[in-house]
Amino acid sequence: MPELSATGLRLAYHDLVVVDDLDLTVPTGRISVIVGANACGKSTLLRALARLLAPRAGVVHLDGRSIHAIPTRQVARELGILPQAPVAPEGLTVIDLVGRGRAPHRSLWRQWSTVDDSAVLEALRATDLVDLAERPVDELSGGQRQRAWIAMAIAQGTPILLLDEPTTFLDLAHQIDVLDLILDLNRRQGRTIVMVLHDLNQACRYADHVIVMKSGKIVAKGAPGEVITGGLVEEVFDVRCQVTPDPVSGTPLIIPIGRHHDGKAG
Amino acid sequence: MTERQAPTRRRDAPTRRVLGVCAVLAAAGFLVFCAGMAVGDYPIGLPGVVSALLGSGDAADLLVVRELRLPRALVGLLAGVAFGVSGAVLQTVTRNPLASPDMIGINAGAATAVVAGIVLGFGPGVGTQVLGLAGGLTTALVIYALAWKRGTTGYRIVLVGIGVAAVCTSTTDYLLTKAQIFQAQQALGWLVGNLGGRGWEHVRPLALATVVLVPAALAMSAWLRTLQLGDEVATGLGTPVQRARLALLLTSVGLVGFATAAAGPILFVALIAPQIAQRLAGLVRPPLIASGLTGAVVVLTSDLAAREITPAAQLPVGVVTGALGAPVFMWLLARRNRDA
Repeated sequence: MPELSATGLRLAYHDLVVVDDLDLTVPTGRISVIVGANACGKSTLLRALARLLAPRAGVVHLDGRSIHAIPTRQVARELGILPQAPVAPEGLTVIDLVGRGRAPHRSLWRQWSTVDDSAVLEALRATDLVDLAERPVDELSGGQRQRAWIAMAIAQGTPILLLDEPTTFLDLAHQIDVLDLILDLNRRQGRTIVMVLHDLNQACRYADHVIVMKSGKIVAKGAPGEVITGGLVEEVFDVRCQVTPDPVSGTPLIIPIGRHHDGKAG
Repeated sequence: MTERQAPTRRRDAPTRRVLGVCAVLAAAGFLVFCAGMAVGDYPIGLPGVVSALLGSGDAADLLVVRELRLPRALVGLLAGVAFGVSGAVLQTVTRNPLASPDMIGINAGAATAVVAGIVLGFGPGVGTQVLGLAGGLTTALVIYALAWKRGTTGYRIVLVGIGVAAVCTSTTDYLLTKAQIFQAQQALGWLVGNLGGRGWEHVRPLALATVVLVPAALAMSAWLRTLQLGDEVATGLGTPVQRARLALLLTSVGLVGFATAAAGPILFVALIAPQIAQRLAGLVRPPLIASGLTGAVVVLTSDLAAREITPAAQLPVGVVTGALGAPVFMWLLARRNRDA
C-alpha cells in the first residue's frame, strides 16, 4: 500500500499564503476527513496532496518520493482525485465516463482489455449504476451524477482516493448514500480515503481519523472520539456547542448553541 | 435486480456507426473530388477522370487532369481535411463547440501577414505560403503567451483569441485602405479563400503537413478524451495537462496554418465540419477522422458549386462556405444559448 505524507508545506494562490509549514501523514488503509471553517485551507491541502497545486515550499511524498517528481500517469495509478463539482460534457454516458477512469492504465500500445472491462463493471455495480449505464450523465439526478463520478474514480482502481466535498449539493439521503459507498470502498477493498467534509457530525461518524484545520494549520488530529470536544469546536468554528455521543453510532455529536439558546435543556 | 450484460466492447473504440459515417464520407469525398476535375472549359466524363488518375486513357485528358486540375482538387481535399481535424482538436481542447481557428484569430493573423506582404511589397519575394504560415503560427504563439498565467485554460485561450482576431482584422482593413487598387484586389482574392490557380507547389507543403500532423492528432486522442472532463479530472487521470494542451494546440495551429497558406482562410470549415461530423457519428466530441473527411467534402462541394453556379465569374470557394457556414454557425449559437 502506497503511503501519502507531506512535510513543510506552504501553499498559496498568487500572493495569498493559505497554508504554511504543514506536516501530515495520511494513515494508510483508513478514512481521513479534513474539517475546518470556510477558507481554512482544507480544500487547498487536498489539492496539494493530489498534485493539482504545486507547493511553494515543502514536499508531498507518495511512497517516499516527491509526488511532483513521479510521472503524472504513474501517480494516477496510485492516487485518484475527485474534485469539487466536476462537469461532464453534454451527452456523455455513464459507462463512457466510468471507462475514462481507465485512462492511466492504457496507452497507444495497450488496448482495452478484459481487466478494464471488469473494472468498469465492478465500479458500476458498487455504485448501483448498472441500469443507468447508457444514460447521459447530464440527465441524471444530482445524487446519481455524483455516484457516476465516484464510479469513474473507483474504476481508476487506485489504492488512495481523495475526494473534495463529495456530498455538496446533495440532499440528506444522497449524502448518506455517498458516504456509505465510500465507507464500503475502504472496508471491503482497504483503500486509503482522504476527503473534505463540511458536516462535522458526518465527519465524526465516517472518519477513522479527523484532521482539524484552522487558518492554514492543523490544530488537532486523531480518532474523532478522542479529538472532537466542545472546546475544540468552539475554538475552530467560533461557535459554542455541546458534544454528546451520537445515539446511533456512538461517535461525537456536535450540537451548536447559538445566541438564542442558553445551552441548558428544559 | 436483472443483471445487465457486461460491457464487452472497448469503451473508446470507434463504434460501428462512426466507421459507417467515415465510409460514406470517404465515398462522397472521392465522388466530389473526381467531379471537381470533370467540369470546366474542357469537360471530361467521370470515367475519363478516374482513368486519367490511374495513368491511362486519352492523352489530352491525362494532361488536363494531372497537370491542371489535380493540384486544385488536392489542395481542396487536403485543406478540407486539415481544417476539419484542426477544428475538432481545438473545439475539444477548449471544451467549446464555437471555438475554431477562424474564431480565435489564427486565420486572421495569417491573413494580416499575407495582405501586409502584398500591400507593403515584400510579398512576392517571400511568397504567400510562407507569409500565411508565419502569420498563423506567430498569432497562435501570441495568443498562448497572452493567455498564460501560471498555465493556460481553454476558456482564456478562446477569450484572448477573439481579441487578437479583432486586432488582426482591423490591421488587415487598415492595410487595405493603404493599398493600390490592384493590390487590394489581389489581397481580397486571397482573403476570401480561393482554390483557383493552385499548382503542385501548393500541394506539396500541405500534403507533408497533413501526413505528419493528422496522425499526430490521432496519437494524442487519449488526451482529448481526458481533457474534455476538465483540467483537474484530467490531471487526476494522469494527463500532463499543460504539455498535452500545448502539443494539441500546436498540431491544430500547424494544420490550419499550412491549409491557410495554400488555400487562403476558407471560412467556417474548421467550425462546422467537426460539429456536423459529431452529429452524424452521434458522439460527445468531434471524431477526428470523420471531421477531416467532412471538411474535405464541404470544401470540394463548395468549390464545385462555386464554379457551377457562376462559370464565368469564377466565384471563390470561401464565398460558398461562408454562405453555407453562417446559418450553421447561427444555429449552433442559438442552440447553445437555449441549452445554457
